[in-house]
Amino acid sequence: MHAVSLSTSHPHSSPAIARSNHFGLYSITPSNKPLNLPFCGLRSEAQGIFQLKRSETHRAIVSSRRRAKKLSASLSNNGSAPTSFDYDLVIIGAGVGGHGAALHAVEKGLKTAIIEGDVIGGTCVNRGCVPSKALLAVSGRMRELQNDHHLKALGLQVSAAGYDRQGVADHANNLASKIRNNLTNSLKALGVDILTGVGTILGPQKVKYGQVGFSDNVVTAKDIIIATGSVPFVPKGIEVDGKTVITSDHALKLEFVPEWIAIVGSGYIGLEFSDVYTALGSEVTFIEALDQLMPGFDPEIGKLAQRVLIHPRKIDFHTGVFASKITPAKDGKPVTIEMIDAKTKEPKDTLEVDAALIATGRAPFTKGLGLENINVVTQRGFVPVDERMQVIDADGKMVPHLYCIGDANGKMMLAHAASAQGISVVEQVSGKDHVLNHLSIPAACFTHPEISMVGLTEPQARDKAEKEGFEISIAKASFKANTKALAENEGEGLAKLIYRPDNGEILGVHIFGLHAADLIHEASNAIALGTRIQDIKFAVHAHPTLSEILDELFKSAQVNDRVFSSTNEPVAV
Amino acid sequence: MAHLFNSTLTSSSPSLRRFSTVSKPSLNPITTTRRKMRIQAKIREIFMPALSSTMTEGKIVSWIRSEGDKLSKGESVVVVESDKADMDVETFYDGYLAVIMVEEGGVASVGSAIALLAETEAEIADAKSKASNSSPISTAPPPKSDPPPALADLAPSPAVATTPAAAVVVASAVHPASEGGRRIVASPYAKKLAKDLSVDLSGVVGSGPMGRVVAKDVEAAAMTVATAATTAPTVGAAKPAPVPGIELGSVVPFTTMQSAVSRNMLESLAVPTFRVGYTINTDALDALYKKIKSKGVTMTALLAKATALALVKHPIVSSSCKDGKSFTYNSSINIAVAVAIDGGLITPVLQDADKVDIYSLSRKWKELVDKARAKQLQPHEYNTGTFTLSNLGMFGVDRFDAILPPGTGAIMAVGASQPTVVATKDGRIGMKSQMQVNVTADHRIIYGADLASFLQTLAKIIEDPKDLTL
Repeated sequence: MHAVSLSTSHPHSSPAIARSNHFGLYSITPSNKPLNLPFCGLRSEAQGIFQLKRSETHRAIVSSRRRAKKLSASLSNNGSAPTSFDYDLVIIGAGVGGHGAALHAVEKGLKTAIIEGDVIGGTCVNRGCVPSKALLAVSGRMRELQNDHHLKALGLQVSAAGYDRQGVADHANNLASKIRNNLTNSLKALGVDILTGVGTILGPQKVKYGQVGFSDNVVTAKDIIIATGSVPFVPKGIEVDGKTVITSDHALKLEFVPEWIAIVGSGYIGLEFSDVYTALGSEVTFIEALDQLMPGFDPEIGKLAQRVLIHPRKIDFHTGVFASKITPAKDGKPVTIEMIDAKTKEPKDTLEVDAALIATGRAPFTKGLGLENINVVTQRGFVPVDERMQVIDADGKMVPHLYCIGDANGKMMLAHAASAQGISVVEQVSGKDHVLNHLSIPAACFTHPEISMVGLTEPQARDKAEKEGFEISIAKASFKANTKALAENEGEGLAKLIYRPDNGEILGVHIFGLHAADLIHEASNAIALGTRIQDIKFAVHAHPTLSEILDELFKSAQVNDRVFSSTNEPVAV
Repeated sequence: MAHLFNSTLTSSSPSLRRFSTVSKPSLNPITTTRRKMRIQAKIREIFMPALSSTMTEGKIVSWIRSEGDKLSKGESVVVVESDKADMDVETFYDGYLAVIMVEEGGVASVGSAIALLAETEAEIADAKSKASNSSPISTAPPPKSDPPPALADLAPSPAVATTPAAAVVVASAVHPASEGGRRIVASPYAKKLAKDLSVDLSGVVGSGPMGRVVAKDVEAAAMTVATAATTAPTVGAAKPAPVPGIELGSVVPFTTMQSAVSRNMLESLAVPTFRVGYTINTDALDALYKKIKSKGVTMTALLAKATALALVKHPIVSSSCKDGKSFTYNSSINIAVAVAIDGGLITPVLQDADKVDIYSLSRKWKELVDKARAKQLQPHEYNTGTFTLSNLGMFGVDRFDAILPPGTGAIMAVGASQPTVVATKDGRIGMKSQMQVNVTADHRIIYGADLASFLQTLAKIIEDPKDLTL
C-alpha cells in the first residue's frame, strides 16, 4: 500500500497517513486496479460454503432464535471455533464505519452487536470531521464579516466582527455530542447491542470485551468486522503536551487561539486548521516535508487553492523539511521547532512559536486487537485486507469470517469510505458478492472556499493512460462564469474534468470553489454508476445554481464516440 | 494551468505566442527594423497570452515573481485575469525577469509585451533601457504609463529623490533564539508586510512575545522611515518605502510620472492665478476629531467634508474653465486630495464629498490611499476632482502656496494647526489652536470676493463643526 510506504520515507508529511478525509490515498492506484470497475453493483454469485454442524447443543437456546442458515460456520481450518453463535455479526469499533455497517446489517436481518471501547461515533464524530466542521462554520462567517472589500461589493456595512473563543469551542462540542447521541439512539432503536469495553479477538469467530476492573465477556459471531479506526500520528522527536504542542484531538477543543501557530503537514487536516486559525486571528507557518504544499491534490487545483487559501492570508511555509524535534513551551520559553532538510537530513532552521499543531496524518489504531491469535501481522499498524476487506494472515491466506474496514485497513482514510466498506462487507456476509469502487468515493476539504475531488488526479490519469494506451482530455469550467457564484460575489474557483475522449468515461473531477464539497456528488455518482459524459451532459440543472458549473464542465467535454481521438489537447475554458 | 497554455500556444497562430524574440537595439548591427531578428537574441518580450478564444485583453492580477528574479522554464511568472478566469502564465525560457512593463492592476491587449526577460544577469540593465525607450504598447496601469492629469506640484520641492533618508535608529531584535541578533524571528504576517513595505527586518525591534517581530513593528518601522525623511512631503496615511541609496552627481531621467507632473506644471503657467489666505480656529474641530477618531474618521476626511459643505454655498469656487471662453458649474463636488507616493504625487478623489457621510467618506479615503499605494487607482478615482486639497500640516508646515492643477478652479493649501496666543476683541488674551489655509484660484472665473466669502463660510463650518457629522 502506497500510503504506508510513504509514511516511512516522509514521517512528517500529511499524505503519509491521513485521517478520515484524506486525499493522498488516491496514490494506492497499483493495488487498487482491480477495483476500478465501471460498476460497483452487486454480483449475484453466492459466497461461502455453508456447513450445518449443530453438534453443540448448549447453544441451542441462542441459536433457536435465528434462521437455520445463519447458524452455519466455515470451520475448515480450526476446530476450536464455535458452531453456533451469539451474533451473526460483531463489529469492533463504533465509529462511522462500524455504525454504517451495523445499520446495514440490521436491514439485512442480521443479529448485530457493536463493541465500543471509547465513545460512540469514533474519530469522525468526536475528534474529527464533525467538530472541525463546527469550527470551520465559524471561520467561514468570520471571513465574510472581516472582508470589508467583499461586503462593500455587496453593499453591506458591518462594524468590527469579533468572537468569543469559549462560545466557538462550545459550538463544536455541542455539535459532537448531538451527533453522538443521534448515532447512539439510532443503534439502540434498531436493536443493535452496544457492548462496552475494548474488543480483542481470541480466535476464529470469538471476541472478548471488557472494561478495566471488570471481568471479560466472551461472545461468538459468525462474522467479525474490525473497525477500530485511527489516532493522530505523531512522528518521533515531537513531544505532544496537549497545551502548546497539540494534535487535531486537542485543537478541536479550541482551548486557546495562539498568536502564531506552526502546522506540521499541509494536507487537508492542516489546511482546514489553517483556515480556522487565520480566521480567528492567528498567524500560521506550515512545515511540509514534501517539496510543495498541498501534496495529494491535483497540482493545478493545488496551485489555484494556494493562491487563494495561503498566499493572501497570514501564512508562510517551509517545504522540503522535517520537524525533527518539537519541544512544548515551558519555563517562559516558546515552543521550539527544529527543522532538518527532508533529503539531506541537515539542520535547516529553528522556529519559536506559540503553539504547534501536528497534522502529519493518522496512524491505525490496531493494538490490543489480538490479531496474533489468528496469525495476522499488521503492516505498519494497518490490517492487511483484500479488495473485499477480508483480512489476510501472515501466510497471505484469507482469514475466514474476519473483515477490516475504515482507517484500520488504510485503503482510504475517509469516514464515508469506512461506511461504504462496511456496507460492502455486510452485502458479502449476507450472501451477495460486492466490491467497492474506491475511485468513486469523493473527498472534500472544507476550507473557504472548499476543495473536492473524486477519482484520479491529472498526473495519475496520465500515468494510467500511458500504461493502458488511451488518450485523456481535460475540460475546465470557471466559477467566474457561473451566475450564482457571481451573485454571491464568490467567482474564485475552478472545476476540472479528466476524461477519456474515446468513450466518455469520467476518470476524475476536481473542484475548488464555493460549496465544492456539495457539488462533487454529481460526478462521484456518475463514476459509481458508470455514467458516460455523452449521457450525463443531457441532464438538466436548475438555473441559476452552482451545479451549472458541472453542467458546463460536462458540456464542454468533447467525446468522440467510436472515433478514436488522437488529440490530447486540453480544452480551453 | 500549464497544460492549457502550452497547448494554446503550440496550437495557435504566431500572433498568440507569448514570447517572441526581439533583438537588442544597442547591439543590433542592422538598425533599420527594430524587430529584426538577431541570431543570439538575448532579451525576450513576455506577451499577454490569449487565454480563451474570446479574450482580447487581460488584466495583470499579480506578478508572482519580481524584477531581477531568476526564472527557469515552466515557472509561473504572472497571474492574468481574462474575461473568464485568473490563470498563471509560465515562462518558456530560462532567464531573468528584467523589467515589468505592465504593473499589477494594469490591462494589456493580447499579444502586447508585459515584461522583458533577459537571458543573463548582465543584460538586465540593457533590458531596462530598452523598456524605458519603448513604452508599453497598450494601456498600462494608471501610475506607470497613463499618468494622472490632475497631478500638481503642491510642495515647493518634493525632495524625495535627492535627500537621503535619515538613518532609522534600530536595535537588533532581542530574542532568546535569535543567536545574538543573527537570526530574525518574525511572524508570518510581519514577514509578508516587510516584503510589501520594503522594510529590512534585521533592523526592526520586535515587541511580540520573546522579542518576536510582529506586524505592528513592521508598520512602525515603515512609518519611522517615512517620518525620518522629513523633507519628503507625505500626505495622508501613506507609508513610503525607505529611500534607496542615491548616487550623488548622477543624472536621472524622469519616470513617466515625473514627466507627467512636469507637463502639467508647465501647463499651469497658462492660467492666471491669485491667492487668498485665512486663519481658522480649530479647537472645535480638534475636539470633534478626538471624539470620532475611534470610529475610523480621519482628519483628511473631516477637512474634505468641511470644504465640500462650503463649496455647496459657493459653486463658482468648484467650477472650472477649460477653453478660456466659458466655464462649467460642475454637477458634483469631488474633492481631490494630494498624496505623495513613492516617486511621485497623485490626487485620489473623494466623490460627492458634500453628500457622503463622514464615516463612509473616511472609509472611502482609506480605500483610495490603499489603492494609491498599490498603484491601482482607476482613472476616475484620480482625475475627476473639482477642487483640490493639499495638507502639509503633519510636517509642521504652517503655511505654503500651491500650484493650481490645470482643469480645476481652485486648490487649497492647508497648514498645521498650532496653539497660538490670540487677543480677542474684549481685550483678553487666550490660547487657541489655529491653522492657516491658502487658496489658489483661476482668476478668469473666480474673483477675490468669491474666495473671501468661500473662506468665511469654511471658517464658520470648521469653527462650529456640528454639520460635519450629519
